[in-house]
Amino acid sequence: MAVDLGLATLSDNLFGAALLAYAPAALGFAVEAAFGPRTATASVEAAVEAQSRQLVGAGGPPLAAGPVEPRPTARSTWDRVARVSVGLTILGFLLHAGSILSRGLAAGRIPWGNMTEFISATCLAVVGAYLWLLWREKARFLGAFVLAPVLLSMGLAGTVLYTSVGPVQAVLSTYWLPIHVTAAVVATGIFVLGSTAAMLHLMSLHYEVLVAQGKRVGFSGLARKLPPAETLDRLAQRAIGLGFPIWTFAVIAGAIWAESAWGRYWGWDPKETWAFITWVAYAAYLHARSTAGWRGKAASWIAVAALVCLIFNFFGVNLVITGKHSYAGV
Amino acid sequence: MTELDEGTSIDLGSAPQAPERPPRLTAWGYVRYSWRQLTSMRTALVLLFLVALAAVPGSLLPQHNTNPIRVRDYFIAHPRLAPIFDRRSVSLFDVYSSWWFSATYLLLFISLAGCVIPRAAKHYTAMRARPPAAPRRLERLPESAVLETSLAVDEAAQALRDAVRRTRFRVDLVPELDGAVTVRAEKGFLRETGNLVFHLALLVLLLGVAVGGLFGYKGTVLVVEGDSFVNAAGNYDDFMPGHRFRDSALAPFTLTLEHFAAQYYDSGDKAGTAKRFDATLRWSPRPGAPTRSYDLQVNHPLVMGQTKVYLLGDGYAPEFTVRDDTGKVAFQGPVPFLPQDSQLSSTGVVKVPGAQPQQLGLDALFTPTTRLLQGGVAVSTFPAALAPAVSVVAYRGNLGLESGVPQSVYRLDTSRMTKADRFVLAPGQTHQIGAGKASVTFDGYRMWTNLQVTYDPGKDLALAAAAAMVLGLLLSLRVRRRRVWVRARPAGAGRTVVEMGGLARTDESGFRHEFADLVSRARSVLPAVPTGAAAPTDREE
Repeated sequence: MAVDLGLATLSDNLFGAALLAYAPAALGFAVEAAFGPRTATASVEAAVEAQSRQLVGAGGPPLAAGPVEPRPTARSTWDRVARVSVGLTILGFLLHAGSILSRGLAAGRIPWGNMTEFISATCLAVVGAYLWLLWREKARFLGAFVLAPVLLSMGLAGTVLYTSVGPVQAVLSTYWLPIHVTAAVVATGIFVLGSTAAMLHLMSLHYEVLVAQGKRVGFSGLARKLPPAETLDRLAQRAIGLGFPIWTFAVIAGAIWAESAWGRYWGWDPKETWAFITWVAYAAYLHARSTAGWRGKAASWIAVAALVCLIFNFFGVNLVITGKHSYAGV
Repeated sequence: MTELDEGTSIDLGSAPQAPERPPRLTAWGYVRYSWRQLTSMRTALVLLFLVALAAVPGSLLPQHNTNPIRVRDYFIAHPRLAPIFDRRSVSLFDVYSSWWFSATYLLLFISLAGCVIPRAAKHYTAMRARPPAAPRRLERLPESAVLETSLAVDEAAQALRDAVRRTRFRVDLVPELDGAVTVRAEKGFLRETGNLVFHLALLVLLLGVAVGGLFGYKGTVLVVEGDSFVNAAGNYDDFMPGHRFRDSALAPFTLTLEHFAAQYYDSGDKAGTAKRFDATLRWSPRPGAPTRSYDLQVNHPLVMGQTKVYLLGDGYAPEFTVRDDTGKVAFQGPVPFLPQDSQLSSTGVVKVPGAQPQQLGLDALFTPTTRLLQGGVAVSTFPAALAPAVSVVAYRGNLGLESGVPQSVYRLDTSRMTKADRFVLAPGQTHQIGAGKASVTFDGYRMWTNLQVTYDPGKDLALAAAAAMVLGLLLSLRVRRRRVWVRARPAGAGRTVVEMGGLARTDESGFRHEFADLVSRARSVLPAVPTGAAAPTDREE
C-alpha cells in the first residue's frame, strides 16, 4: 500500500503544532503552580479541614474551591492563566489526535507500529487521562507535572527516535496489533497519571508533616499549592485501579498474539518480563493500599517504583535489551 | 487476599498487628502460626516483590531457552563468571525454570490459596446472609434524609423497599418493636466475588501453564522446499518435551513444503522489510488420510486440534553439484544457509566426504541481491533473490568427520585442510577447483522454512483463566459496596416519617449523588402530606 505523502506531512506538522500548544500550557501551569495564590485546599488549616470532611465520607471536595482569604484580583489573574493553559492543553490534544489520525490514514494502518508512533499515542493517552481527571476530579494542579514528561517524550519521538510514515513488517499485520497496543497505550497513560499523583501525594505528605511539626519547609514548599495528601492518594488509587485491568488485558492480548505469531503465549521475552514486573508492582500497590502499615506512604512509594518499571519497559527494553519486541525500528 | 476496600476495610488476610509469640508453642501451634504468617497479606506482599525481583535477571542476562547463542557469547566474554552463573544452584541462564524462581512463585501461590479459599467460603455465607440491622440513629450516617408521607407505615415501607430494590439493592423488610418498619438494603457483593474469581483464576492459570509444561512438547525443524516432514520426535532438529510427555502425544501428521515466497517492501524507509511470507504446505493429519493444502503465514499457524505448526523463519538453500578430481559427481543438492543480516546474506558449508582422492569442503556466502565490491567481495543489498550469487572458498584435505566429536553442519573444521581456491558463481555457472578435474556448479537455490510444532494441552485452560481474571478484576475494582437503611415510623395524624441513611463501604466518591437519587426515588413513590401539614424536610450534610 502506498504512503500518502501529503497526509504524512500534515501529520508531522500537526505533531509540531501540538507541541507548540503543549509547551506554553505546561509553562502556564508551572508558573501558576509556583507563583499563584494559595487556594483553599493549599493552606494547611484548610487541608486539615478538607481532610476531616473527607473522612466522614463526603464526595471529593472541589479542589478549586473558593479561597479561605479571598483575594479576588490576584485570583482572577492567576485563574485566567490556568484557564488559558487548560484551553491550550485541549487544543494541543486535538492537534495531537489529528496528527495520529492523519498518520494512520497516510500509512493505511493503525498508527502505532513503531517507537515514534507508540510514544506519540501514549502521550496522547496521558494527556487524555489528564483531561479526564480534570473533568471528573478538577485535578488541574497536575497540569505541569503531566505535560513536562509528555513534552520531553514527544520531543524525543520527533527527533532521535523519529521514523517516517511507512508500512509495518509481516508479524505486525494482524488485528491483534490494534487490540494489544491500544490497551497498552491507554493503560500506560492512566498509570503515568496515577503514579504522578502518588508522587505528589508523597510530597504533600512530607510537607504536611513538616508544617505540623513546625519545621522549616524548604524544598517541600513546592507542595504548598497542592491539594491535601488525602485527595492525591485517592486520585492515585482511582487512576491505578482503572489502569490495572486494562494493563492486565493488554498483557493477555499480547500473550494471545504471541501464541499465534511465535508459537507460545509466554516466553519471558524482555518486554514480556518487564510487563509482568510492572503488573506485579501495580498489583502490589493495590494490595498495599488495603494492608495495615502499608497504606499511605509505603503504597505511594510502590506506585513510584511501578512507574520506574513502566518507563524502563517503555524505553529501556527497546533501546537497551534486544528481544522479540525490538521491531520498534530504533 | 485483596481487600481493596477503603476506610471500612478489614484485613481478613492479615495477621494481628504485632503478633506476640506465645512463650512455648506446641508443634501443632507452630504449624498453625507459620501458616497464619504465610497466608497473611504482608507475606503475600513481600512474596509479590520477590517474584518481581526474581524475574529481573532473566531479562538482563541471556537465557538458554530463548537465546542460546548469546549465552555462548557470554561464556566467551566472561569465562570466569559464566560457569558460576550456569551452576544448577545459581541457574542465572535458566532463571524461569530455576529452583529459586519456582520456589518464590510457588510460595506466593500457596499463600494465595491459603488466603483465598477460606475467604471464598466466608463470602458464600455472607452472600446468603440478610442485610445487616439498621443503626438506631440513621441521621448519624454519612448520608441521611428525612421525608414525610401520608401513607400508612406498612404501605410506605413496602413502596420504599420496591423503590430501593429497583436500584439493584438486595433488600429485607423488618418490622421493629416500636411499630416502625425498617428496610435494610445492601449491594456490591459482586466486588468480593470478582476479587475471589480473579485470585482463583490465577491459580487455574498456573495449573494451565503446568499442564502445558508437563504433557506438551515443542519442536523445531528446518524444511527445504520440496521436502517432507513426518511428526516423530527423532525427526526434529530440536525437540523439547515436557516431563510427563508420552510419544502418544505426537499427532501422526505429515507435511510437505511445496513452495515458499517472501515479499519485501521495495521502497521507502522500510525497504527490505518483510511484508508477508507464504509457505504453501500439503499436509495430511494421519497416514492414509487425504492431503490438504494450507497457506502457512506469520500469525496464521496450521491448527490440528491441540497441535499447531508455526512459521518461524526462512532462508535460502543454494543448490550445488560438486565433482571430485576423478570427474565423478560427489555431491548434489540444496544446502540450507543461515541468514547473517537483514539483507539475508547467508553463510553455509558444503562437506563432501566422498570426494576422491581428497575430501572437499566449501565455505560459502550466498548473496540474494549481489553487489561485488573491489577485491571481489560480494555483499547483499536486498533480501529478495534479484541477483543471486555464491562466493565460495574451497578447501581440500580432511574434514575431520571420523574424529567422533559431533560437528555443526554449518561450520567447516579447516584445521586439517588447505585452501585450494576462491571464486564467485552466478546460477548455472561452474568453476574448476585449481588445476584438477574437481569443480563446483551453482545450480540455483531453493527456499527453506523453519517450522515450529507445539502441542500444549493446557493452553485453553490458561486462556479461560486469563479471561476470568480480567472479568474478576473489573468487578472487584469497579463494583461499589453500599448499605442503605430506610425506617418508616408512625407520627400520628395519618402521617408517617421516613428516615433514610446510607454509607459507602468502598469508594465513597459519587455516593452522595447515588443517595440523592435514592431520596428522590423515595419521594416519587410516597404521596406527600396534604397541604397544611408540615412540609417534608431534607437533611443532608
